[in-house]
Amino acid sequence: MRANFNGIRSVSQIIALFKKDLLLEIRQQYTFYGVLLYVASTIFVLYLAMGEPEGVVWKGLFWMIQLFVCVNAVAKSFLQEGRGRLLYFYSITGAANFILSKLLFNALLMLLMSLLSLGLFVLMLGDPMPEPARFVLISWLGSVSLSLVFTFLAAIAARAQQSAALMAILGFPLVIPQLLLLNKISNIAFADVLQGGLGWMVAVLLGLDVMIVALSLILFPFLWKD
Amino acid sequence: MLRQNWWKILCVILLVYTILFGFLGHVPAKPILNETIRNLYFHVAMWFGMMVLFTVSVVYSILYLSSNNPVHDIYALEYAKGGILFGCLGLVTGSIWARFTWGAFWSNDPKQLLAAIALLIYFAYLILRNSMTDMDKRSRVSAVYNIFAYAMLFPTIFIIPRMVESLHPGGMGNPALDTHDIDGRMRMVFWPGAVPGWTLLGVWIVTLRIRLQLLAEKKLSHV
Repeated sequence: MRANFNGIRSVSQIIALFKKDLLLEIRQQYTFYGVLLYVASTIFVLYLAMGEPEGVVWKGLFWMIQLFVCVNAVAKSFLQEGRGRLLYFYSITGAANFILSKLLFNALLMLLMSLLSLGLFVLMLGDPMPEPARFVLISWLGSVSLSLVFTFLAAIAARAQQSAALMAILGFPLVIPQLLLLNKISNIAFADVLQGGLGWMVAVLLGLDVMIVALSLILFPFLWKD
Repeated sequence: MLRQNWWKILCVILLVYTILFGFLGHVPAKPILNETIRNLYFHVAMWFGMMVLFTVSVVYSILYLSSNNPVHDIYALEYAKGGILFGCLGLVTGSIWARFTWGAFWSNDPKQLLAAIALLIYFAYLILRNSMTDMDKRSRVSAVYNIFAYAMLFPTIFIIPRMVESLHPGGMGNPALDTHDIDGRMRMVFWPGAVPGWTLLGVWIVTLRIRLQLLAEKKLSHV
């Protein structure tokens, strides 16, 4: 009974924290338009430099841009919280609830961002995808995976000086395995026939995501204490 | 004296055994590999050593988080550095081997790349440490990162290498070793000699460095 009550309370706290992030985003409209401008100008430079690339290059560029979008979009989530505000959250909620709300918000933000950058890619760099719907699903899977890793790294980097730069330094080696898997998975989306091995790779990626969420829940309380 | 240092003597004996039998012992004649197969005792043993050192490092990081004892942080750091040293040696011995079997020191093989990435993850650990000046915060944040990095090491060097094609032996199943290539006599050098010998040497180097760090720490606290 008690556990059940606690469960309901922590879900409502997560929702409240999530709402707060969403509301801030809607009022300030900083991340969304900032990243949108960033993606648009990067893709424009890419178009000027190479025109409409082939499928393999297109796919490589897409994941590269996703990586940079993710760093920029997620970095804000912990940097915006000042010392005082963190102390306030510490006093009203648990560490697990706080990190879960951040993971949730960033995953949703990246879902939106990946859809937008996919649209811009198709608009400016052409559309080499034989199966667009399948690639949308893969890009969602990829962007959620990236956002989970970078959310936790943002939490680490926020504790150090020069956090924004540090996040990229910590994150890039760590996400290479994921990007490699995503690249392999999207190869399959670019092929005309569905090939074997897709299910296995998606399972590994999802397993990795579960592991990252679990580690964030376990380790974040230690980062939080000061 | 003997009770404390028996493992150092064992380490020297094992390494002498490994090097003597590694260079003089019998090896099966394999095409392409030829005599380079002897590198097994050095190259593969380095990765075993690296994994052991990284594992000890992460154990000390977990201990630090539960005890807040700064000595544990020094242990974690030095074991991670030892692991990085062994990883670098593994890459170097591997690329020398690759030069004579695959034709180039570096051929962008997925397993070469992922091993290099695994080392980059640990270089990031050292950079993260250096980015903070507050001792307590530095220890705690880098312990958290160390645990996270160790968990990410498994997909990088154990899971994904099994899923991609590579020049490296041991395609499906074991990511690094193809046990059909070596015979009983090589096994007798590799498992009892090379793997524990090099690992003990790594631990020895690390314990020396830890003693040095603890002395430096002590000197600082007495100033």
